[in-house]
Amino acid sequence: MADRAAFVEEAMQYAPKLYSAALRLTRNKADAEDLVQDTYLRAWRSFGTFQEGTNLRAWLYRILTNSFINKYRAKQRRPIEDGIDNVEDLYLYKRLNTLAPVLSSRSAEDTMFDLFTDDEVKAALEALPENFRLPVLLADVEGFSYKEIAEMLDIPVGTVMSRLHRGRKGMHKLLFDYASERGLIATTAAPSGANDSHSDTNHA
Amino acid sequence: MPDCNDTLRELESFLDDELTDGAREVIHSHLEGCPDCLQAFDFHAELKQVIAAKCQNDEMPPGLLAKIEQCFGEDFDGDGQIG
Repeated sequence: MADRAAFVEEAMQYAPKLYSAALRLTRNKADAEDLVQDTYLRAWRSFGTFQEGTNLRAWLYRILTNSFINKYRAKQRRPIEDGIDNVEDLYLYKRLNTLAPVLSSRSAEDTMFDLFTDDEVKAALEALPENFRLPVLLADVEGFSYKEIAEMLDIPVGTVMSRLHRGRKGMHKLLFDYASERGLIATTAAPSGANDSHSDTNHA
Repeated sequence: MPDCNDTLRELESFLDDELTDGAREVIHSHLEGCPDCLQAFDFHAELKQVIAAKCQNDEMPPGLLAKIEQCFGEDFDGDGQIG
């Protein structure tokens, strides 16, 4: 059995990240706070089953994810899934890339960082149906491997990959929509070569 | 040698660091000779970083840490000791 004091100390370090993840999942502060507390309570109660050497961070996310699925799934409105599968691959890339003023003059890496606001990126993730939001959150925000995500969500690795792919497309589409609404990107953006592997205008 | 479509199909697995060393090397070789694919890979690598950075910077409500600490103070099995 692991050392209790060391366990508590390490577990506490993940609180801010777990809270952010809980916010993306529950989409409101009160539920996020409850979810995080519930996660720590469950973690502490199953301390006896925690094996030293196990990845504590992954273990906490597994508890968070399962608590969320069990507790909050029922009360969430039915997710809207339409649209995602109609989004072509490389949707955002093809559109941003054909818009000369936005990205072609990018001088440094901070351009893409400044292209979308924090709220837009959060909203795009939170808008995804739960089946897609969980894998995208766990992979793109938390950096877990396909195998870890498969274990956390109790689904096959192939399903993780396919949901990640579709979830990312959905999220990228939303990011493009938000940027368009803000007038940042001209809405005439559909590239002529959208069905090619590369749009024609990349060739400088 | 994979073509652009083969390479782009592996974009996500590559950026997620889920390819074998051999498969990674094949992608690397293609990217070295293909500025278009390289640009697409760079774009998505950067986008992934931006998404990660912007989705985990929420401020915790004051008092949440104290509530979590309370969880750890619980004597849940009623043996008179914490834990």
